[in-house]
Amino acid sequence: MSTPSAVARLDRVTVSYGTNAALREVDAVFESGAVGLLGPNGSGKSTMLKALLGLVVPDRGQMRVLDLDVAREPLEIRARLGYMPENDAHIPGMNAVSFVGYCGQLAGLPATDAMRRAHEVLHYVGLGEARYRNLETYSTGMKQRIKLAQALVHDPDLLFLDEPTNGMDPAGRDEMLALIQDLAERKSVNLILSSHLLPDVEQACRHVVVMDRGTVVANGPIAELKGPSGRLYELRVKGEAESFLRAVRAAGMESPEHEDGTLRVFVPEPLGPRDLFQLAEREGVQVRHLKPSLSTLEDVFARAVGEE
Amino acid sequence: MPIHDQSYRHYRGNRARPGAAWAVIAWAGIRALLARRLVLALLVFAWVPFLVRAVQIYLSVNFGEIALLAPTAETFREFLEQQRLFVFFVTIYVGAGLIANDRRANALALYLSKPLGRTEYVAGKLAILFAFLLFVTWLPAMSLLGVQMVFSGSAEFVARNLFLIPAITLLAGLQVLLASLTMLALSSLSTSSRYVGILYAGVVLFSDAMFQALRAASGGSMAAWVSVTANLDQVGDVIFRLPGRYDTPWLLSAVVTLGLLGLSIVVLERRVRAVEVVT
Repeated sequence: MSTPSAVARLDRVTVSYGTNAALREVDAVFESGAVGLLGPNGSGKSTMLKALLGLVVPDRGQMRVLDLDVAREPLEIRARLGYMPENDAHIPGMNAVSFVGYCGQLAGLPATDAMRRAHEVLHYVGLGEARYRNLETYSTGMKQRIKLAQALVHDPDLLFLDEPTNGMDPAGRDEMLALIQDLAERKSVNLILSSHLLPDVEQACRHVVVMDRGTVVANGPIAELKGPSGRLYELRVKGEAESFLRAVRAAGMESPEHEDGTLRVFVPEPLGPRDLFQLAEREGVQVRHLKPSLSTLEDVFARAVGEE
Repeated sequence: MPIHDQSYRHYRGNRARPGAAWAVIAWAGIRALLARRLVLALLVFAWVPFLVRAVQIYLSVNFGEIALLAPTAETFREFLEQQRLFVFFVTIYVGAGLIANDRRANALALYLSKPLGRTEYVAGKLAILFAFLLFVTWLPAMSLLGVQMVFSGSAEFVARNLFLIPAITLLAGLQVLLASLTMLALSSLSTSSRYVGILYAGVVLFSDAMFQALRAASGGSMAAWVSVTANLDQVGDVIFRLPGRYDTPWLLSAVVTLGLLGLSIVVLERRVRAVEVVT
């Protein structure tokens, strides 16, 4: 089956819940591979996924998923999609293997194939030993894995993962992200990973769509959005800070912030903290505090949503 | 090598086209319910009236002096009326959790993210209740007709009352459809199957009690239309070519019954959604 380069596309999509607009005139393109959908809670990420699934009807705009029109062919799209919802969701009274097999059948697999696939994906997500246990006895981390298993059972061309690491402990979270990475990189499954956790997106995806208050505020490869590689430092100096900052900028470093006496200086490679100390010495200021700051997607996100 | 490298493979087998998922839902639901002893006991118990009627037919056929017991068209009408008690209990026990439990477990988002629409989901759930209710109404009633033929050794009674086949089918179908749709609608309103069961019993019993109170106050049965079961009785009498038992016109009873079905569909349309919007 050929995979188009853009697996999902939104064209001026507006979705409202009553009088509240959850998505406002959103234009977005999700390339094949792993794409992160990043934004704070309430920014419209889940609504976007639900709209792409055809579960929410937009007020305006058009959407295409896997080259199919969401408004006209929602069932054909869902047959090729796997959806892992954000909230805890299961079918009551079933054990894991029955549940995943049942989901496979609902997605169109014959009963025997669905059951075989259920065993396979349960092993894959790390629930092989617990597959005959009733779902109601599962821990939060196991519930996350079972949601991934039901989304995978019919071998979808595209996966929607809505906050897949919610409620997981650090080890479980790492394992989940490793699974997501494995799916995208080694199993050639296209996926959209929606999360408000910046490191999750950064670990599993190469592209990102950043959302805030129902709009797309940034979109592209993470490496490009992050800008040139380097490191951000927080520092406090004693002495003439303004002349020090002028020297910092003249040396090719960036200092976007200067408040409460704390300077934030972006030091591009190959420069390093040693250069900061040399500049301080030259300008006759004392460095009283120097701490590396996170220079990750968080900065991209902060820049994009204007929270600097 | 991590275990996931060994176990995940792409699927190359057949896939059904969208449209058959309702049968998957129905079959899974029926199997799950049949695994419950109480459901089995209820189903077996629901066939006791059938056995009693079968004995009645046997005696009437083999002992001419008790011709009083000989079945008539009205016998089948009465039989379906008797089965109403089992319809009530099966509807509550089987139906209350059908949608409520899915809502409690957020399963609607899972169902509707698969290649099936809301109508198909409801059809699957409806089929579960339909199957159990037909098992305690239509099937024993039709079997009784068969028993009559077997015991009498002739098809004369059936030939004489050929209308009984569509009449039984129509009344049982209406009875089952009304119970199933109203129960599913109520089930979609809550996340607690217990509450839904109480609500259903309340609707049926309260409407009947109201009718009885109005009947006692007015001295007539013009107010039969307020009762769910009285409407069904009135329409059932017409289907079985019997005079209506209440003063309410049968057409009014039919309209109220259809209204109830319509209302249930509207409730289901509004409540069975993957995304619950609170504005």
